[in-house]
Formats: sequence, C-alpha cells, structure tokens
Amino acid sequence: MKIDRRSFLSFIVGGAAGTALTPLPWKITDDLSIWSQNWPWTPVPPNGEVTFVNSVCRLCPGGCGITVRKVDARAVKIEGMDGYPVNDGGICPLGLSGLQLLYGPTRIPYPMKRKGNRGDGKWEKISWEKAVSEVVTKLGEIRKNNRPHGLACISESDRGTVAGLMARFMSAFGSQNFIRQPSMEDSYELALYLMHGIRAEAGFDIENAAFVLSFGSGVIEGWGSPVRMFRANSKLIKTGGKVVQIEARLSKSAAKSDKWIPINPGTETALALAMAHVIIKEGLYNKDFIENHAFGFEDWTDGQGNKQQGFKSLVTATYAPENVAEATGVEKAVIVSLARHFARASKPLAICGRGQGRTSSAIGEFLAVQALNALVGNINQEGGFHAISDNDYIDWPEIETDQIASNGLQNGRLDEAGSENYASVRYLPHRFFENIIAETGYPIQVLFAAGANPLYSLPDTKAVKAALDKVPFIVSFSSFMDETAQYSDIILPDHTYLERYEDVPTPIGLQKPIIGLTRPVVSPQLDTKHLGDVILGIAKGLGGSMAQAFPWKSYEACLEKTLGRKLDTLLDKGYWSPAVFSVPEWIKAFETASGKFEFVVSDQDGNGDRKTKPIADWYTGVESQGDPVTYPLLLIPYDSMRLVNGFVGDPPFVIKTVEDTVLKGKDVFIEINPKTAKQLGLSEGKYARLTTPKGNAKVRVHLFEGIKEGIIALPRGLGHTAYDSYIADKGVNYNELIGAVYDPVSGLDAAWGIRAKLGKA
Amino acid sequence: MSASEEQNSPEAEAPDEEEMDVETSEPIEPLKPEEGKNGAGATIFLFFILGFAASLIVGWVVFPKLLYSKKIQPINFNHALHVAEAAEGCESCHYFREDGSFSGVPTISHCIECHENVNGEDPEEKKFVREYVEAGKEVPWLIYAKQPASVFFSHAAHVITAKMECVACHGPIGESTETRIYEENRLTGYSRDIWGKNISGIKQHSWERMKMDDCADCHMQKATSEKESGVQQSLTRQLREMVSVAFPNVMEVKKGSSVQTEKDACFVCHK
Repeated sequence: MKIDRRSFLSFIVGGAAGTALTPLPWKITDDLSIWSQNWPWTPVPPNGEVTFVNSVCRLCPGGCGITVRKVDARAVKIEGMDGYPVNDGGICPLGLSGLQLLYGPTRIPYPMKRKGNRGDGKWEKISWEKAVSEVVTKLGEIRKNNRPHGLACISESDRGTVAGLMARFMSAFGSQNFIRQPSMEDSYELALYLMHGIRAEAGFDIENAAFVLSFGSGVIEGWGSPVRMFRANSKLIKTGGKVVQIEARLSKSAAKSDKWIPINPGTETALALAMAHVIIKEGLYNKDFIENHAFGFEDWTDGQGNKQQGFKSLVTATYAPENVAEATGVEKAVIVSLARHFARASKPLAICGRGQGRTSSAIGEFLAVQALNALVGNINQEGGFHAISDNDYIDWPEIETDQIASNGLQNGRLDEAGSENYASVRYLPHRFFENIIAETGYPIQVLFAAGANPLYSLPDTKAVKAALDKVPFIVSFSSFMDETAQYSDIILPDHTYLERYEDVPTPIGLQKPIIGLTRPVVSPQLDTKHLGDVILGIAKGLGGSMAQAFPWKSYEACLEKTLGRKLDTLLDKGYWSPAVFSVPEWIKAFETASGKFEFVVSDQDGNGDRKTKPIADWYTGVESQGDPVTYPLLLIPYDSMRLVNGFVGDPPFVIKTVEDTVLKGKDVFIEINPKTAKQLGLSEGKYARLTTPKGNAKVRVHLFEGIKEGIIALPRGLGHTAYDSYIADKGVNYNELIGAVYDPVSGLDAAWGIRAKLGKA
Repeated sequence: MSASEEQNSPEAEAPDEEEMDVETSEPIEPLKPEEGKNGAGATIFLFFILGFAASLIVGWVVFPKLLYSKKIQPINFNHALHVAEAAEGCESCHYFREDGSFSGVPTISHCIECHENVNGEDPEEKKFVREYVEAGKEVPWLIYAKQPASVFFSHAAHVITAKMECVACHGPIGESTETRIYEENRLTGYSRDIWGKNISGIKQHSWERMKMDDCADCHMQKATSEKESGVQQSLTRQLREMVSVAFPNVMEVKKGSSVQTEKDACFVCHK
C-alpha cells in the first residue's frame, strides 16, 4: 500500500464528508458569532439592581437637577431630573457626559506632591495626613512671620457653603484675598448694586417675556443656565414672543432669533443709549416707573449744590441714532424701529453678557442695558428683569480673629477691589495677577486654587503663568489634572460632584430663589477628600483661633447645621424653595440713597454722601487693545454648547460633536468673511498665522458669510494643554491671544476682543 | 512514481489523472494495469474511510472535549437544603425587585441576612463566611443560564404575566444537593447548558437547551394555541414580518408579540 497524493486527498475528502456529519461546523459557526459579540472593547451594559439618585449637576453654573441611573454600585446614565425648577427633565451634552469625568483617566487619584520642576508632570504620591500637614506647615510659617495676607484663594464661585468655608478660612487666617473667577456675574452684580442698591443676582423671566432684546447673549449657546434657557426660548417662541439678537457674528442664537442686527463689536453701549434716546424722545417710556421710582433721570443737584447731568439729558444730547449709526454699523432707521418695537412690546426684556457670559464686561454696557429695562418698567415684573437677593441661609457665628489675622486684614486686597478707586466691585482677578507680576502691594506666598483653572481660563495666560512663577507655593484642590493643577506644588484632590454633598444656591439667571443639593451618587472612587473637610482639617491643624472659627466635626455636620430643616426637604424633594415668594414691589425694591432705581451711578461713602463721577463717564464702553495699522482685523471669541468653557474641558462625548468647520484633527478654524479672506489672499481650509498684540497661533481658515467684514472669530474652550488625548493640544486657547482691558470706572476686565492680523502660514 | 519523473515526462503535460496513472507508471511498476488500478482504488477508498471516521471521532468526541473547559463553583451550594430552610422557597433568594426586574443570583448583602456567622457544621459554609462574608467580597458564581448581552429576556413577562414555572427553563435545579461541574465554552465564555449537554443539540426536556430556536419553539406553541386557526408556518411568518418591517407600505403590519413595536421582528429580543 502506497501513501501518495491521491490517498492524502482522499483522506481530506473523507474528512470533509465526515465533518459535515458532525456538529462541529455548525457549532463552531455559532460559537464564533457569539465570540465576535464579546470582544473586550464592545460595551456591554452591566447587569444588576437598577436604582436612581437625584442630585444637582456642578459642571457649570447652571445648577440643573439630575437623576443618575445606577446598576448596583456603578453609575451608568445621567438624565435631567423631572420637575426640577431649573431644567425640568432636560439636560445638556456636558451634563450627559459627566460619567466620563467621574470614571475617566483625567482624575487625580490621590494627594500628590511635586517632584522636579513646576509643570514637569513629575509627582510623588503622599498620604492625606502628610498633604494636610505640608500645607499647615507652610501656612504656619507665613502666620509666624506676620504675613497672613500673603495667602490668596481663587475659586470658581463665592456662594454656597463650600465657597463660604473657603472665604471664612481666608478671613480667619487674616487675608482678604479671596477671588472669584470672572464672569458676567461681576458686571450684573455691580450694575445691580449701583442702580438697585442691593447685592443681588440677576434673574430673567424669559419664559414669560414677549420681546427679548439680547446684546450678544448666547441664549441657546450656554448663557445663564443653559438647559433652562433652551426651554425658556422655546416657550417664548411658542407663545408668539420675539427675540432680537444684537451681535457681530451670526451665532446659533442669532440664527434662531427673529431678527439679527449685526453690530460693530464693542459699541453695544452706544446702541442701547441710542435706543434710550428714541424711547425718551418719543415718550415711550413707563412714566409711572420713571416719575415715581427712579432717580437721576432728570438733571439733579448734589449735596455740594453742584448741578449734575441726568440720564435724559445725556442720551438726548449725545446719543441720537444718527450720531451712533456709523460707529455701531446699525442704520438710524433700524435703531428707531428697534427702540419702538422694544418699548411698545407688552413684556420687553433686555439682556446682556456676551456668549455664555463667562467674562466680565464694561459696566457702562450693563448700566445702559439695565437703563432700557428701567425705561420700559419691567423690573420685578412678569416677563421682565428680577433682582433676586441671595437667600441668606448661611448664618455662621462671627469669626473671632486673633491679632495676626487682624493685622493681616488691614492690608486690604491685592487686586484693589473695594479700594477707593474701585469701591463697589468685589473681585478683580486680572489686577490681582498683574499686581503680583509688577510686585505692587505685597507678595503672595501661598495660592489656593479651588474649582478654578486660572492658567487656562483667564485672559493672557502667559501673564498668569508669569504671576504663578512668583508665587512660591501653589495648592490645587482640583479633582482633575487641569492646567493649574499641573502647575501647582501640591494637590489635595476634591471628590467630583457625583461623590459629594454640597448645597447649590439659586443658579444664575433664575427668577426665583431655590437651593439644590448635590449628593453622592457613588462612593468615592479614588483616594480623594471633600474640599470642605480638607479646609476643616487645615484649620484644625493650624489650631488656635483658626480651629475655633470652624466648630464643625465634618463638612456634613456643617451642612446639616447650616441648612437645618431645609435639609429634610432637600433630601426628600431634591430642592428647597420658599413657600411663598414674590419679588418686591417697586416701592420696596431699591435700597439706594434715594430709595429708587438710580440712573445716576454713585458710590456712597460712609456718611451716605454721594461721590459721583459725571454720568457720561459711567455709560461708556472700552476700546480693543492693539493699534489698527499693525492689526487691521478685530478678533472676537464665540461660544458653543459643544465646547465646554469652565473649569473642566470637553469630555470625549462632547468633543466628538464639534463640527469639522470648527476643529479638524488638531487644527482650529478661524471664521472670516469671504471678502476679507479674498483681500488677504486666503481661501477655505488654508493655514494662516493669526497674530495679536498678545501672541500668535497657526489656524485654518473657514469662510463664513455670517460674520462682518474685517472681523474674525475664534471658538473658546479649545487649546487645552492638560486633560486627556481627546482634548489636549487641540486647537488654540483664545485666552493666550488676548489681554485684559480695564474698564476705567469699575476696574473690571472689559475686553470683548482684540485687534489682530492674519497672514499666510 | 515521483513528482520529478512526472514533470519530466513530455506526455504528462496536463494529462487526465487516470490516463496518466496507466501510461506513465507502466514501465516503472511492472504490475498488471488492472491490479494497479484496483490496488490504488482500494487505498484511496481506505483513506477516504479513514478520513471519514477520524473526522467523525474528532467532531463527535474530541471537539466537545476540547471546546469546553471544566470549572468548579467557588462554593458547593446545596439548593435543596436552602429551599427547605428558606421561608418563601425560590423567591427568598431569586426575587423580583420593586421595578419588576429580576434579581437573578443573590448578592452577598442578601446572603448576609442569614449567614453573617457560621450557622452549621458544613465546611463549605465556613469557607463561604470566611472568604466572602467576612471579606465583604461577592462570590464569583459561574452562572449556567447566562445569556449573551445581546439577548433581551424579561423574567417578569414569563414568570408573572405568562405564569411559567422556573423549571420550564432552569430544570429541577431547586432539588440539587450540590453544584455541578460548570463547563465553559472556550470560545464564547458561556455555559455548555445554553447549547445543551448533547453536542448534537437533541433535547429531551424543555430546559436542556436555551438557544433562540428554543425560545421560538415555545412561542410558536403559544401562538398556535392562542390563534384558533390559520397559523402560519414559522418560516413564512418570519419572512412576512421582515418584509413588513423593511417595507411598511408594501405589506400590512399585523400585530405581533412586541408591546412596543407590535411586530415580531428581531429587535424584540435582540437589542
């Protein structure tokens, strides 16, 4: 018997025939198909007991109620909480993606101490005891040297118990340098203080308004409380309301509005005053409000017997529509018709704060817009502007400062807020960093960064970095490895919002006061600690009057004590609101020297006497930085719901939604009018070099007819150097290209753009 | 005959196999042509049979042995004992949650209700308390009935609404006194129970196999008993449904078994 090729083939054929009569081929096919469904990268929902936890989102100032679906101990989905007064079941892309931040790789897993040079990214893991004791030792040293004012803290917010504890810590320690990240809140807060005489939050009853006049506010691009604004805008449209958007660029909000008025950026104040001119000239204003509840409309005489100009004569003399038509780029007829429509609308409302409102603005612009609200008498009216006094539920015992602290507090604030020049303004972060660089005032020796990322989100990041270089010890409390955390000396990571308790005061723009409760959805995933507990720990470590100022065992004990019975409602319902609430009537609404709404802006000194600058000084805007010859173009920023712009960057889900006319690969696109591009010899998709007085960057060109000639626009929220590969090194950080422009009357940063040039790359 | 000879021979250029055998082998092999033919034929047939037999052995005996690995449960669990002790029988541990979802295999927090301390003499219980209860660790039970994630199965629809018995799908597991060997499919990671112990897929009891056809069998029976007449064959019914889903305008959609879509298409069970 020979075994040859044919025998072998025969064996194979026999084998094939036999195999066909076994279950092997069918079973293997079936198993392979199941195997192919179980590749490790295929997402599979976990199996287990489903529960829901109600909480409040903390990823932006919007304060939406959320319901998190859990399977056993794992959070699997974040949804909007039904019935929550802010968002009633709605949620935004960032809120939805919160779990990627909770479980993602950008979190700081444990306390860390810097090894090597600052920013090198070399860290040493340390224990919590060691981390706290390092900070206590550093703070002890500066107190021993009688320099407690050398401690500063920059925080995302100044409301609620956590920020409250931080501010209290600063006071008890002996430093006034508690600083809040800039936002439109700065400008609104100041405008309300000057005009209404109260420290209050701006509330907008957009749901019930009939005519919304938006001076560049991105109503559907994340302005105010984003989800609420989307819904309010929809309700307004459904009930026949009108929205007019005044903005240099055809933003999404402008595109969805009833009328878009392209204006030269930075001239909003002039336009608002020209509208006021028409309203006054034609007698369209609310006479009851102006005659009985307003001061400074007519000319008046001050305490020294000097004649002072009133609002009416200011706008009638200077701001005739034909006078501002050229500067604003809005025709006279358009201004007149807009003013008439606004004043004749049943429930008109004027709003401001550019884009998402994440920057402060010139106070003149806010005063002028608020003056429009006053002229139509919509203050504290349905569908109008509401001034919401912060519900003062935090009632902690007075701090008994020791001698060192009292001495430290005498030194005042390094940013000069509240000083003679900037009496009513509360925080001036830009001036704080500039004074550090210029070595004006006194040196800052320790800086706390709590929920703030100044190295990314303040204008002129190079200058901020230079300032940080002069601070010998930076403590970050961030949950994520952001730019500032990367550049710190020690990190004491906080729980994320899905792992901690925290009260959430009335969100920005809401027209009724509420308190929300953020509560742990999952147990802490990493070796992190609640910021409140860390502050208490540091205070206890310092001992003496510091320890006495914080009589609570833990943050939770402090929260329980502070909220009292409200906590039961919060735990049960998810939010607390006053049983009866109505905004005060006009007669009781204003706490100014005149007891009325004041067009004339005046700071009061200790004796109640008015110290005022001429009215014309207040109602002005600011110019952009850079000379028009070298820099023939104007660069303005724009915001988008798809680009996160706060203390966190875009999570992976959100960055995936960014259009490829905004970001492609690692390149960001600059929006430019086709005519301007043609003059510069640039075409769609071409690389270009963008230069401003503050810096330069390589960008790509996107032709867009919805932007005025001579103006170019760059998105905010890109150009991170920190976080993960989904967001890091993509695009350009707008803040690297601009600098602060001081509003001479308020001291706030009023930059709305910067001069720029664009050349072929 | 060697391959090189065959190639060198000028007649061997693309010859018919049989012819080549006869003509070229003659001078080298002095056998009679008939004998050579018969001998070669027998050899070939023998190898065919060998291949046939080997593959049958591989397919029916070796393959199942290779495909499944044998695993032992972390704890030898006595169902019969627990059913006798627990107040509510099966439902004491395998219950419906408030939201209607089924709890499946109990978690350690449930076991602790009775087993916070060692209750008896059984070394398995001691092991359980020491290694899992005291350590606060879940028992990594190997689940015989586990289906792939793409299968949507609602216990509530079957047990509460259709009032089916657990035994119908799970067999008399409640009477077992010890855990069986868990045979894990090396390719899929699922239990052998899903395909069935019998590799050919033949089953005697309803619980011996849990593939899609087994779902279909029961659903067909149900459909047959519910509709008085004119029950379509499963194939034509499935085709009709596919057409009605893909081209809703072409064919009238009849009410199917899905509450959501009122159709009987794939996505009722496959998510």
